[in-house]
Amino acid sequence: MDPTKLIGFLLRRGLKAAIVVLAIVVCNFLLVHAAPGDPASVIAGQSGAADPLFLEQLRKQFGLDQPLYVQLWVYLKSVLTLDLGFSHRQQMPVASLILDRLPATLLLTGAAFVFAIVTGVTLGALAARRVGRWADSLITIIALTFYATPLFWVGLMLVLLFSVWLEWLPSFGMSSVGVELHGMAAVLDVAKHLLLPALTLGLFYLAVYARLTRATMLEVADQDFVKTARAKGVPEGRILRAHVLRNALLPVITFAGIQAGQLIGGSILVETVFAWPGIGRLAFDALLARDYPVLLGVFFCTSVMVVLFNLVTDLLYAVVDPRVEVSG
Amino acid sequence: MGQRETFRGEFGMTISRRGMLAGAAAMPVLMRVQDALAQGVTPRRGGTLTMMLTPEPPVLQLGVNNQAPTIAAATKIFQGLVTFSPKLEPIPVLAKSWTISPDGREYTFRLQENVKWHDGKPFTADDVVFSITKFHMELAPRARSVFSLIDSATAPDPHTVRFTLKRPFEPFLLMLDASTAAMVPKHLFDGQDYRTAPAVQRPIGTGPFRFTEWQRGNFIRMDRFEEYWKPGQPYLDAIIYRIVPDSQSRRLALETGQALLSQGNDIEPFDVPQLRQRPNLEVQTTGWEYFSPLSWIETNHRVKPLDDARVRQAISRAIDRNFIAQRLWFGIGKPATGPFASSTRFYDPNVKLPGYDPRAAQQLLDAAGLKPNAQGVRFSVKHLVLPYGEIWSRLSEYLRQSLSRVGIALELESTDAGSWSRRIANWEYETSVTFVYQYGDPTLGVERTYVSSNIQKVNFANTGGYSNTKVDELFAKGRNAADAKERQAAFSEVQKILVEEVPQIWLMEMTFPTIHDRKVRNAVTTGLGVHASYDDVFLAS
Repeated sequence: MDPTKLIGFLLRRGLKAAIVVLAIVVCNFLLVHAAPGDPASVIAGQSGAADPLFLEQLRKQFGLDQPLYVQLWVYLKSVLTLDLGFSHRQQMPVASLILDRLPATLLLTGAAFVFAIVTGVTLGALAARRVGRWADSLITIIALTFYATPLFWVGLMLVLLFSVWLEWLPSFGMSSVGVELHGMAAVLDVAKHLLLPALTLGLFYLAVYARLTRATMLEVADQDFVKTARAKGVPEGRILRAHVLRNALLPVITFAGIQAGQLIGGSILVETVFAWPGIGRLAFDALLARDYPVLLGVFFCTSVMVVLFNLVTDLLYAVVDPRVEVSG
Repeated sequence: MGQRETFRGEFGMTISRRGMLAGAAAMPVLMRVQDALAQGVTPRRGGTLTMMLTPEPPVLQLGVNNQAPTIAAATKIFQGLVTFSPKLEPIPVLAKSWTISPDGREYTFRLQENVKWHDGKPFTADDVVFSITKFHMELAPRARSVFSLIDSATAPDPHTVRFTLKRPFEPFLLMLDASTAAMVPKHLFDGQDYRTAPAVQRPIGTGPFRFTEWQRGNFIRMDRFEEYWKPGQPYLDAIIYRIVPDSQSRRLALETGQALLSQGNDIEPFDVPQLRQRPNLEVQTTGWEYFSPLSWIETNHRVKPLDDARVRQAISRAIDRNFIAQRLWFGIGKPATGPFASSTRFYDPNVKLPGYDPRAAQQLLDAAGLKPNAQGVRFSVKHLVLPYGEIWSRLSEYLRQSLSRVGIALELESTDAGSWSRRIANWEYETSVTFVYQYGDPTLGVERTYVSSNIQKVNFANTGGYSNTKVDELFAKGRNAADAKERQAAFSEVQKILVEEVPQIWLMEMTFPTIHDRKVRNAVTTGLGVHASYDDVFLAS
């Protein structure tokens, strides 16, 4: 790849990305404020008592007594300096609320991501190789089942099996609370807690990758260059790896790019069922409580991630398939 | 009648024999310890009590936030001057005794000595004066409405506080529990913005447990306060609240022993019967007498034909409250008999709503001129489902079904907590369901729903818009009378009128299940249940 071309590409894409993110911030801000109710009314509704002064005090503290355009301007100014604002409800800076939850979410979604990609592509390749035989049918059926089953149901069933009947794994949380664990024991403890939610979250994507890999591999396997390679006497394993799989990876990368963009958003459903203290829950609770700065902060981080991973995906195309050129 | 006399007698004593009050009130607590001893159980030191908390509170500083989960957790850190037995008799906490002047205007409290804040500073009368006349006065609407009656608050010595009220206010003591007026450290708040002071993030109280760690979305941890003022207490080493957002996961946590106690909304009522079957768990529904929540169909009187008392009577008679209590709530709570919960002071057992009778309901609707059309529908009215969990959707579906039998079409609308609260406050609803805490006394928790002076666009006001000058007068009389007997007369009369006019259609005297492992002892001992300080809770071996 020509370095000057690459730099130019990155600059152009960076500028576009900044504009897109800014537009997203404005849209999010307006959308969030369009929802009926505000943080003050949520607190009033759940405090057992309220008077007009109470609401007025809260709205003043939260900055909601300003006109909407003033609030938007204040928010934009702070976002431009990478300051995500302050959650008056929780009395904490939004950035630290998000950063506190980030490791949990990245661990969960990262583990699910790696598990889904590795197992999914392997299963897909295996099925393509044994197309029409029992291994292919089995993999296809499994993939279809996971693809069609709702996440929360899979989660509950896994909990029922491994936590309630077998009592092997804890049913919720990220680590054992109230016991002091160090070194390997602590890692193992988190791993035990991670297994079920990561599996639950990963199974759906696994199915997607398996089906995608199988389908594209079969398509590529029919093409002339594969026939040529076979005619030349290239061993079957090498044909699959170097010719078929490599060419079949592009759609997989596209999909992985989309999934990676969602890494930060996490999965509200899985985080809820397994009481996983991640960003998805943070956003959901913020929505219910109308904790605007937190909600906007999560949206901001998520949109930046999506834009970033789109860029990475485009660059990866060029690495995997030299025919693809970066431009934009 | 006999029952009513005893009831009056109880509160008569509260007024007439003040000197005896503190000693008498402490008795239930002492008896409990003796009961435990009689069973061969001595309180055991040590162990961690893992509970659950739903939803996660925003901060743990009482006053700054008074949402239900905040109160449940923060009452382990903060204490009030007094607390209350299930019969609402005062029990000394930070005030070891008190006297009330014969005119009912002067309250003098003797404070416990050797009480320390979690940062080591001594707790004194100045903290009490600050907490009540400044902190809660500025922050909390309920406290403000009562503490504005305080004419002067003085601290004659470091362990004595004297409040002089502008006029007698008989339920004053009820305002001094930690859930309403927690004592906060003056040295950490005075001169600052109370809502943003650093102490809000690291709460410092006098309670048996000090705040140590909060991993948001995960758990809150409190550890034993070694310098707690009751010698040898608390018994527990630590309390951990786990944040478990899904109700089925919470149920599992109890079943697998990952949590030892559930409270409030943790467990849906329909899951309770199965949990009752488990031999290691105990289900208690007491401990809500102080709050005595009452649920009702919130009706907006500005919407026709809900302004017609006959229509509201008809709705009331078309609903089978026993079915709601038994089949929807599985016996957790009981049918409401009127505007006062039976655990609220001055409840009159002789005044009762007429029973379930759909035929009578139809006659009332006929009389109101609401004839059924070809489809059998007399009128339709919108209904905002209370967005606090599955059980409330089931209730609204039941209401729709019952009312359709008498020709009223209820159109259900769903919403989330934020919009619900906003719409109720702004009167943008036709009917909904709500539940409201009565705080033990009609002046503190009932009056606000019915008096015309409180018709305001704010939650927990008279949002329905009911107005009756006689009712206004009677509530004012009950509020201002210094004598419990006089108050009873006014409140008995007001109950009669309200039951006749059904301004809101009361459904259930609510309570919430406290479900815990049998080795957890003293989980519910006072009228505040899980909102007690837990300095006497222990884990039996």
